Amino acid sequence: MRVVALGATRGMGRSLTRLMAERGDRLFLLGRDPEELAKAARDLEIRAGNDLQIGSAHCDLEDPDGFTGALDRAAATLGGLDGVIVTAGIFATQEALEQDPAAARRLLEVDFVRTVEFCEEARRRLLTGGGGTLCVFSSVAGERGRKPVVLYGAAKAGLTRYLEGLDHKFRGQGLVTVCVKPGFVRTGMTAGLSAPPFAGEPDAVARQVLSAIDRGTPVIYVPGAWRWIMLMIRSLPRAVMRRVGF
Amino acid sequence: MAFLGNTVRGWGGTQAAGREIRSEDLPAITRGASLTRGLGRSYGDSSLPAPDVSSIPGSALANRILSFDAGAGVLRAEAGLTIGEIQRLFLPRKWSFPVLPGTQFVTLGGAVAADIHGKNHHVDGTIGSHVRALTLRTADDSVVESSREENEDIFRATLGGMGLTGHVLEVEVALKRIPSPWIWAESERVPNLDEFIRSLAEAARDWPYTVGWMDALAQGGDLGRGILMRGRWAEPAEAPVHPPRPKPRVTVPFRLPGWTLNSFSMRAFNALYFRRHPNRTKRGIVHPESFFHPLDAVRHWNRVYGRRGFTQHQCVLPETESPGATRRYLEALARGRLGSFLCVIKDCGPEGEGLLSFPRPGISIAVDLPMRSRTQEIIDELNERVLAEGGRIYLAKDALSRREHFQAMEGRLDAFRIIRKRWDPAGRLKSAQSVRLLGDPV
Ligand SMILES: Cc1cc2nc3c(=O)[nH]c(=O)nc-3n(C[C@H](O)[C@H](O)[C@H](O)COP(=O)(O)OP(=O)(O)OC[C@H]3O[C@@H](n4cnc5c(N)ncnc54)[C@H](O)[C@@H]3O)c2cc1C
Ligand SMILES: NC(=O)c1ccc[n+]([C@@H]2O[C@H](COP(=O)([O-])OP(=O)(O)OC[C@H]3O[C@@H](n4cnc5c(N)ncnc54)[C@H](OP(=O)(O)O)[C@@H]3O)[C@@H](O)[C@H]2O)c1
Repeated sequence: MRVVALGATRGMGRSLTRLMAERGDRLFLLGRDPEELAKAARDLEIRAGNDLQIGSAHCDLEDPDGFTGALDRAAATLGGLDGVIVTAGIFATQEALEQDPAAARRLLEVDFVRTVEFCEEARRRLLTGGGGTLCVFSSVAGERGRKPVVLYGAAKAGLTRYLEGLDHKFRGQGLVTVCVKPGFVRTGMTAGLSAPPFAGEPDAVARQVLSAIDRGTPVIYVPGAWRWIMLMIRSLPRAVMRRVGF
Repeated sequence: MAFLGNTVRGWGGTQAAGREIRSEDLPAITRGASLTRGLGRSYGDSSLPAPDVSSIPGSALANRILSFDAGAGVLRAEAGLTIGEIQRLFLPRKWSFPVLPGTQFVTLGGAVAADIHGKNHHVDGTIGSHVRALTLRTADDSVVESSREENEDIFRATLGGMGLTGHVLEVEVALKRIPSPWIWAESERVPNLDEFIRSLAEAARDWPYTVGWMDALAQGGDLGRGILMRGRWAEPAEAPVHPPRPKPRVTVPFRLPGWTLNSFSMRAFNALYFRRHPNRTKRGIVHPESFFHPLDAVRHWNRVYGRRGFTQHQCVLPETESPGATRRYLEALARGRLGSFLCVIKDCGPEGEGLLSFPRPGISIAVDLPMRSRTQEIIDELNERVLAEGGRIYLAKDALSRREHFQAMEGRLDAFRIIRKRWDPAGRLKSAQSVRLLGDPV
């Protein structure tokens, strides 16, 4: 597979690209910090151990003007694209976002508007090339309006619906959309949060995601237990949701 | 950054209030910090923050490989990369980590800080002798390179320095060329202690990897009976053609009730383990994980010790200068009547460069002891013994030793203190263990 990854410098994106590099997929990395990108690419090259070079290019979700150029470079380097993976995203606690409207706007833009814009660019390219896989990380936070994630959850809810729509509209034309909904995963992102039961590790999560990509599963909860947890939370009456803390 | 709850634990269950903060960006989270931890596989309080410190950076996510020289086998990586990951990636390419501890879930930083030893100590020394260079964040928050050529004092003090000289950010280490990724192993029963010490010495002449498991509960004529294991990397002609796949693991899902491990079940386990081994020598090709890290087959096996947890006492006794030292130690252990699931015996080679490194020539004994009200008293007695024999203890396993005992055993402490003072005059770096054993102020 020829794959471009946005957000592979850390977290689940790092774990996922490692698995892909090791099994011989060809990768191109996009991100906002050139030095981090170079180190991530080097790490992947050594792990792959197959003498294939991994290229990278600057792409910041806050700068949508750069999307086209970044994807152009990726496609040119790889000689076409079979997949686009988006693990880039930001998180902040509800308290922090309520106190800082600028931060709230930034999060809504990055996690929803810009991510969708990037996916639109990726979608066009994959469809022109005859199809491919678009794997995007949303969140269980988008499943239900919840007190600790009002704003972040709203952005992810929007992203989830967008990905669902894409899947309905374009799967017939060869665009396979995989929407990943992580529960709680112990990455650098889960700042200030004590881990709940069923918290996952990024490497284990990445293995699940990779098999979803290979099978073209439209929606996957990671770790798997979150599927059942969310089933329960989705069925709670509003009166209960209003009272509980989660 | 991720916080992982409000208590930090060592492998044996010793805990401290505090939060572990993990990030890919180790240089960022170590700034201003007093201690870094890896995967918490040290048994006691080595990786726990001092009582007046509330958070501790964890290196586990900082695990990138930075460079690999495929000709010389020299690897440079961030400190959170684990030995298991290195083995998984490089064994198929015929390179092995040069010193393999009993578990593969150890970070490079933790391996350096404890200057770990393995079954090949008698020929290959500690990990320190394979380390080429270290990038450190020092107490004044600067980042320095250190090696045998550059800042040699802090390089040596950091090998075995238990994190007290600086935060290891990057490690450059030479891997070992191997003929195949499989192991040729042999094992045989040994009837008693004298025979054990003799057969370890004999095996050491021909075999790069040797170790013994001992039934610490057998007494009288059976004292020191056990199983001797020796191994070497298999030649390509003997080994399977495919590389070894990672072994499946089972998990102990929660802490078992404390009574499951009592002196009866431990005695039964030990006797069974001994008897299960046939009377003749077993030999053949084995998976490297089964040979080097047998306990890793059960994830969270430490939970079988229940809520109170356990500790380990590992010491090295100068059997040549003090013949009979090991026997006297085992007799003291038997007098404690606490029982021990696991007792590992190994002969150590020459002392390494690390200023506080554990190994020195002699016999190393490691015994797991459940935490009971009497455990402190038993550790004290064992330490009296070690002191009288001129031996020393391994800090990476220690939770209960007393400052007086440790300081009396450790003749190299002044040299270590001088270097620490030079690089950390304000005494910013410390751990729960250094407060307990070195008397670092809180
Ligand atoms: C089942 C088992 C078998 C073992 N077998 C062996 C063996 O055969 N031989 C052997 O030598 N040891 C053995 N050990 C002990 C283990 O190798 C050491 O305790 C090792 O230090 C653990 O590494 P860690 O990454 O978990 O570090 P931690 O336990 O988290 O930390 C250990 C020490 O290293 C320091 N440290 C960790 N990372 C850094 C860093 N980046 N910078 C500065 N300091 C740091 C900590 O401050 C602490 O003092 C065994 C442990 C277990 C659980
Ligand atoms: N962790 C969880 O528990 C959890 C739960 C639910 C959903 N998720 C979602 O899963 C995805 C991955 O999470 P993670 O935990 O792996 O996150 P992470 O460890 O914080 O990694 C985030 C990645 O996104 C990149 N990124 C951030 N802002 C960017 C921007 N403006 N432009 C380009 N790249 C940017 C980061 O690059 P830099 O290196 O440049 O910072 C990094 O590579 C995210 O979408 C997150 O919302 C996570």
